[in-house]
Amino acid sequence: MSEHQQFAEDLSLYALGTLEPEERSLLEKHLRECAGCRREVEALRGDMALLALSTSGPKPPVRARQRLMDALAREPRQARVARQRPWWALVPAFVAAGMAALAMFFWVQSTKLQRDLASLEKRSAQQRAELQRAREIVATLTATDAMTVTLVAAKTPPQPQGKIMYVKDRASLIFLASNMPMPPPQKVYELWLIPMKGAPMAAGMFKPDAHGSAMVINPPLPVGMEAKAFAVTIEPEAGSSTPTMPIVMMGAGA
Amino acid sequence: MAELYDRYSGMVYAVALRVLSDTGAAEDVLQEVFMQLWRNPGLFDAARGNLAPWLAVIARNRAIDMLRKRRPETDIEDVVVSVQPDLAADADRGIVMTKVRSVLSGMGTSQRMALEMAYFEGLSHSEIAAKTGEALGTIKTRIRTGLLALRKAFEK
Repeated sequence: MSEHQQFAEDLSLYALGTLEPEERSLLEKHLRECAGCRREVEALRGDMALLALSTSGPKPPVRARQRLMDALAREPRQARVARQRPWWALVPAFVAAGMAALAMFFWVQSTKLQRDLASLEKRSAQQRAELQRAREIVATLTATDAMTVTLVAAKTPPQPQGKIMYVKDRASLIFLASNMPMPPPQKVYELWLIPMKGAPMAAGMFKPDAHGSAMVINPPLPVGMEAKAFAVTIEPEAGSSTPTMPIVMMGAGA
Repeated sequence: MAELYDRYSGMVYAVALRVLSDTGAAEDVLQEVFMQLWRNPGLFDAARGNLAPWLAVIARNRAIDMLRKRRPETDIEDVVVSVQPDLAADADRGIVMTKVRSVLSGMGTSQRMALEMAYFEGLSHSEIAAKTGEALGTIKTRIRTGLLALRKAFEK
């Protein structure tokens, strides 16, 4: 604070340009850091301007005006355009054109790269989803707490067969079936989880392929649902909320 | 430029002549100040003040430099002037002149002398102290309060 006041004393001398060199450099250092003192110097210069206006005297001689105008005519403020353009005057134009072409090239490259990037990102997302699915399948197949159920047809041959792997804590279910006959037109097979208590829960619909094979993977099921058995029925294509008798296949946990 | 010259040359010349007491040297200052403005119109930051006080300060500083036969000390680009009254019009400048003179004549002789020696002769406070036989601190204070008195007169 006291340092600041000491500087304030010197500000008027600084504005007048009469400060000793040492004090001057010290003060200039302070001015670089202190906006308040800078404003004060500006105001002090304003005061100096007022003092300048207390002067009056003869008008400057007419020749002074002529002298200035002559000097100004000799020394244009801005470099005029050369009357005859030397060849190198066109260099900036060529450079500019070159830069523009280069910019265009980069723009095209950039657009292409963006497109490539977008397609790579899409592919990467697909691969991630596939990988996630594969991991879930492997986890269920290798789970020690998986319940393994084999479902067989009541009548023989060919023997339709279904296998279920079910992990209740992750609500993960894999159902693999073979030798399945095609269901009647407008009908599908529907898998049911029969809980310990309560009504059967729909666990996905499926149609066998030409070889009679079918698969249901991770149908929407609540987590932690204890299963007493699994069953397959034939249902309308839209699916049913309760199984329609008769039961085509059925199996209980081992 | 001719218009600016016609408007402000009287003021610039008067300041330079008051400092230098030599018409030829004052003409040189006049020439130099306007040439500077012409060569580099960006020097004057119009947003921060008007041209008249800026020219007055630049003219005074150049005249002092010439009087003391020294190279210009301050970079002209660094000179920012902030002033209350608008000094663009001749009539306004006339009013300002009268007011400044009345403030000066209202000061004590020793204060006015100190201020004028510093301003129009470019003497440092130690030089003034040596001339007048007064303490350095007193001179410093007189210069400062003298300038502030001018400002105060225009704040009303």
